[in-house]
Amino acid sequence: MRTNVMIKRILLALLLFCSLPALAQAELITGKSFGEEGNEIIVNFAKAVDRTVASSLDNYIVYEEPDPDIRLSLHQIEIAEDGRSAVLKFTEPLNTTQTHVVSVKNITPSILETFKVSKSYLGYLLSILIGAMLINNFVFTKYLGLCVFFGTSKRMDTAKGMGITFTIVIVVSAIMSWFFYQFFLKPFDLNFLQIVVFIGLVSLTVQAVDTVLRKVNPILFNAFGVYLVLVIANCIIIAVPLILADNEYNFYESFMLSFGAGTGFLLALYLMSAVRERMELANIPPTFKGIPIAFVVAGQFALSFLGFSGLSLF
Amino acid sequence: MATDKSNFQLVVNGILNENPIFRLVLSMCPAVGISTTVMNGFLLGIAVLFVQVFSSVTIAIFKNMIHPRIRIPTYTLTIATWVTIIDMVLAAYLPEAYARMGIFVKLIVAFAIITMRLEMFACKESVTSSFWDGVGMGLGFMAGMMALGFVRELLGLGTVLGYDVLGFKPLLFFVLPFAGFFCVGLMMAFFNYIEIVYKRAKAIQG
Repeated sequence: MRTNVMIKRILLALLLFCSLPALAQAELITGKSFGEEGNEIIVNFAKAVDRTVASSLDNYIVYEEPDPDIRLSLHQIEIAEDGRSAVLKFTEPLNTTQTHVVSVKNITPSILETFKVSKSYLGYLLSILIGAMLINNFVFTKYLGLCVFFGTSKRMDTAKGMGITFTIVIVVSAIMSWFFYQFFLKPFDLNFLQIVVFIGLVSLTVQAVDTVLRKVNPILFNAFGVYLVLVIANCIIIAVPLILADNEYNFYESFMLSFGAGTGFLLALYLMSAVRERMELANIPPTFKGIPIAFVVAGQFALSFLGFSGLSLF
Repeated sequence: MATDKSNFQLVVNGILNENPIFRLVLSMCPAVGISTTVMNGFLLGIAVLFVQVFSSVTIAIFKNMIHPRIRIPTYTLTIATWVTIIDMVLAAYLPEAYARMGIFVKLIVAFAIITMRLEMFACKESVTSSFWDGVGMGLGFMAGMMALGFVRELLGLGTVLGYDVLGFKPLLFFVLPFAGFFCVGLMMAFFNYIEIVYKRAKAIQG
């Protein structure tokens, strides 16, 4: 009986001993993330690592998950004072939207240590939204949708109505375009029909929203109905599906981009109408009255929107 | 209802009195976005001229068969067809210029000027008048784009059509993307000024 227990204990101890390296390995790397600079990966270790081993460039292999053959070249490795964190610096900026795979040799008993670095997906989606809304605002930095922009930004009420109607139509039509592109145009190799199909879907959406709104909510229709016709003359509505098709976005990314484009347009209209209402009262030279001064103001907005470039929250 | 204007008057009307960019203030996106050089304006002008003429003629031919309630979708699909054709032609024969113009060739489909001309002119007039109106509008657009491109290229880079004219760069500001807004605004004000001076001179004379 007693020997039996003894054997069991010895076996358990042996098992523990054998699994120790594995446990240590699992916990050695406590944190990893992309650095602020855009060409860095920061790695945190549970205990201090050997400085000479950890700072040798030959011990690291880094690549993007979809292309294991293309190794990213390291420029320098900085080890912190206490030896518990390392900053890998690369010669070229990293494409931080991709998952990166990092393999480290010799710092652990198991010789090769591999881990993945990626951004959180939700943060990535939000960055698409912010990008479409502010950094690459379709009106002020891509110069699209200007006809409707100058036509409907005279009054704040008009601007709000147009912006909201436009946001609804663009989200619906962009998601439909995404569906048609992914499941019809791409599998059947009909890419040359992109323009016809996308503009057809926009017309369809506008017509559908028109019909539905007229029956379901006549009050809302009276307020927003007049803007529906204008939506189709807006370049953004056709540019967004084309961008989605070019970048091969998935459903969530498509939703975020189209929503960002819509709200960005709403924001631009709102800002512009606020200024133009004030300008009605200002004393403007007769040659600049109306559209020319609106263009100059839009130019100043475009300049200020340049300040958003380089903004990254996630 | 037929127009009483001659073909020549229709063309001149498109270039001067109803210039799409400076008078009707339609299709401003390319006027701001890619009017940095004369060449860009010329190439996009050709594409728009092609689409405008062919869609005008198509709609003028089939105007009696189109039910009024579905006319807007019909116009849109007609334009989309012609845009697809010019898009593929440009991509095949002028790949370099096509790459520079980027998404704007495809966006011709949403340019307000073309739909507006179909709605206001081609659906009522004869095929010949529609053809000349299309030519006028297309040339007017091209002239506007080239004028903008001329000013921006000359002031920004000191060149015209890629040839060094001034030998220095007076105001680099004008080739920066956002300067399109300022340039369009200032040129419109300039044309308004000419008009005011002209009218005043005429009033004094008469």
